Amino acid sequence: MISDNDLKHIIEEVLHSFKATQAVANQDEISQSDDILPDLTAVDLKKELLVPDPHNREMYMQLKESTSARVGIWRSGPRPLTRSLLRFRADHAIAQDAVFSNVSDACLESMELKSIQSCCKDKDEFLTRPDLGRRFDDKNIAILKDICPANASVQIFVADGLSSTAVEANAKDALLSIKQGLKSYDINVGTPFFVKFGRVPCMDMVSEILNPTVTVLLIGERPGLATGESLSCYMAYKASTTMPEANRTVISNIHNDGTPAVEAGAHIAEVIKKMLEQKASGLELKQ
Amino acid sequence: MILKTKLFGTVYSFRDVNDVMAKANEEKSGDQLAGVAAESLTEMIAAKDVLSHLTLEDLRNNPAVPYESDEVTRIIQDQVNEKIYSSIKRMSLAEFREWLLSYDTSPADIHRISRGLTSEMIAGVTKLMSNLDLIYAASKIKVTAHCNTTIGESGTLAFRLQPNHTTDDIDGIRISLFEGLSYGIGDAVIGLNPVDDSVDSVASILKMFQEIKETYDIPTQTCVLAHVKTQMEAIQQGAPADMIFQSIAGSQKGNEAFGLDASMMSDAMDLVLKEGTSAGPNVLYFETGQGSELSSEAHHGVDQVTLEARCYGFAKHFSPFLVNTVVGFIGPEYLYDNKQVIRAGLEDHFMGKLTGLPMGVDACYTNHMKADQNDIENLAVLLSSAGCNYFMGIPQGDDIMLNYQCTGYHDAASLREVLNLKPINEFAVWLEHMGILENNRLSSRAGDATIFFK
Repeated sequence: MISDNDLKHIIEEVLHSFKATQAVANQDEISQSDDILPDLTAVDLKKELLVPDPHNREMYMQLKESTSARVGIWRSGPRPLTRSLLRFRADHAIAQDAVFSNVSDACLESMELKSIQSCCKDKDEFLTRPDLGRRFDDKNIAILKDICPANASVQIFVADGLSSTAVEANAKDALLSIKQGLKSYDINVGTPFFVKFGRVPCMDMVSEILNPTVTVLLIGERPGLATGESLSCYMAYKASTTMPEANRTVISNIHNDGTPAVEAGAHIAEVIKKMLEQKASGLELKQ
Repeated sequence: MILKTKLFGTVYSFRDVNDVMAKANEEKSGDQLAGVAAESLTEMIAAKDVLSHLTLEDLRNNPAVPYESDEVTRIIQDQVNEKIYSSIKRMSLAEFREWLLSYDTSPADIHRISRGLTSEMIAGVTKLMSNLDLIYAASKIKVTAHCNTTIGESGTLAFRLQPNHTTDDIDGIRISLFEGLSYGIGDAVIGLNPVDDSVDSVASILKMFQEIKETYDIPTQTCVLAHVKTQMEAIQQGAPADMIFQSIAGSQKGNEAFGLDASMMSDAMDLVLKEGTSAGPNVLYFETGQGSELSSEAHHGVDQVTLEARCYGFAKHFSPFLVNTVVGFIGPEYLYDNKQVIRAGLEDHFMGKLTGLPMGVDACYTNHMKADQNDIENLAVLLSSAGCNYFMGIPQGDDIMLNYQCTGYHDAASLREVLNLKPINEFAVWLEHMGILENNRLSSRAGDATIFFK
């Protein structure tokens, strides 16, 4: 049984803690400011050493310059510091968001791209059934024929692949730059379009439907930690579903810290020109 | 052999043993991609029921890939101890599961029986086990191996130091390596996945590892995980290597895709024993992973758990020092999410141990899987409880070269402390001597790579 005294004590404690909570809430209101915390992900990890009292700081900093591995991050007990833990989580979050998000309608409109969809019905199926991500059903084939005139010299298209973020960040500039380059070479380009849930080999079926001489696919790459923006360009001369993999030419790492999109686009146009001249692509193409 | 059963009044029938084996698997996206998975959960349980009534003999007589056409099958079948096999062949899979779990079955009993098993039997019993069954049964099986030190002793948990770098930059490798040592990592092996698979580059990294090992008198073993042919050539040219690494598959065709066969692995083993730098006798290092056969179109319509078990049957032939599944590396088309990767990790570890291998696990995931670092930490705790020999140790679990994430430097001391496990004995003594470990805890010096510099 609780004595009256105990009960009184408990009530006093509860009231006291209630007041304390209120005080904290009030304080929050007062101290809330418009300041923004610094961007955790803007820190250059190569230049940050968290070991508090290293045996040889100069050597640590010098060796850290040579690698992007997460070294010199120290610990509390055996576990990483909160700062490192949150940075890792942020870097993984942006990579996962790149994979699991969709390219926005606004982005497609800005590129004036109409859209078709592979045989995958959603993102989950796209990730687990690569065989479906390379094919189209009759309905989408009909739409494709409707959007695009057949037999162009060069057919360019964009697909989300494993990074929608890469498409959002870099497809527009790359596409413009390729088109501009091809225009300067006087090479005719078919109407570009977008494939939702598309894998690289979907370019083979596109090629069989539209029959271009060269097919060009801009597609989001599988993201690494902290890098969701990398785009790849796959190209093939007279591509088909039966051609060997070795017929594909690829230019990867198209993003601001790799090859910037505009620069990559100009290079891609040059490669396309060579493909048309040599009537070849992939391993057979002399670059 | 009965391939039909009823559940809730509905009849489920199966085409053959491979069909039963595939459909009895816990859900895996790779089995669905291969078109061999059960179509409903009830069908999966029906398949488990049919499987539980099959005998070990039924599985011996129905290898996943025919004996005549597959070298891996021949190795698995030919290494069976016929006397031991005869004594157990009439056991059903249900009885075999219970035998493994029974208090009356000692670790020594399991070791003996292991010599009478084929990989299909091991895969079969795995499909009947729950996750805790897999942990409990594996915890009964201790498998040790010796290269320069002994891995797998009770109460130990080792780590491979994996100081990978995007361009094999020597300074970049060194800083990761020294920092790993300063966290108590590196007792399983110091092993680099090289970017450059050329003989010269592999040889120069092997030399660097050897120098570091000798300079600091580190009781461990080193390896550069290039293709087996490259490593052999480096050794023939005089490079110092304690062991040879190779990725392997569960079918001959899968091994061909990796560019190897059994005779090449025998040659590799002979070469290290003759011209390597280690004491041995266990001088090979294998990596595996569910789904690799399907990805090279070498799966023969067989499910990925059975093929994984067959990797271990193949590996056993070469008495390796290290074997680990790289369980979440291959992507969501084979293991979709955290649940599937955790299940596969537990299956692979158990199957490896029951095969008689000194089994470790690369508990890992890629960025297009529905899994994250929390899941991999969970798996590491589960596997440590199951007696897993080793994990990988990478700076905060972020492999900048292979572009995946796994267990990190910080996880080694954490797991050891929480589960009361120690590094490999000689290595633990060395860590104490270097002032990195004090009473099985990290010292104030630990975590500073530059304690190794004058």
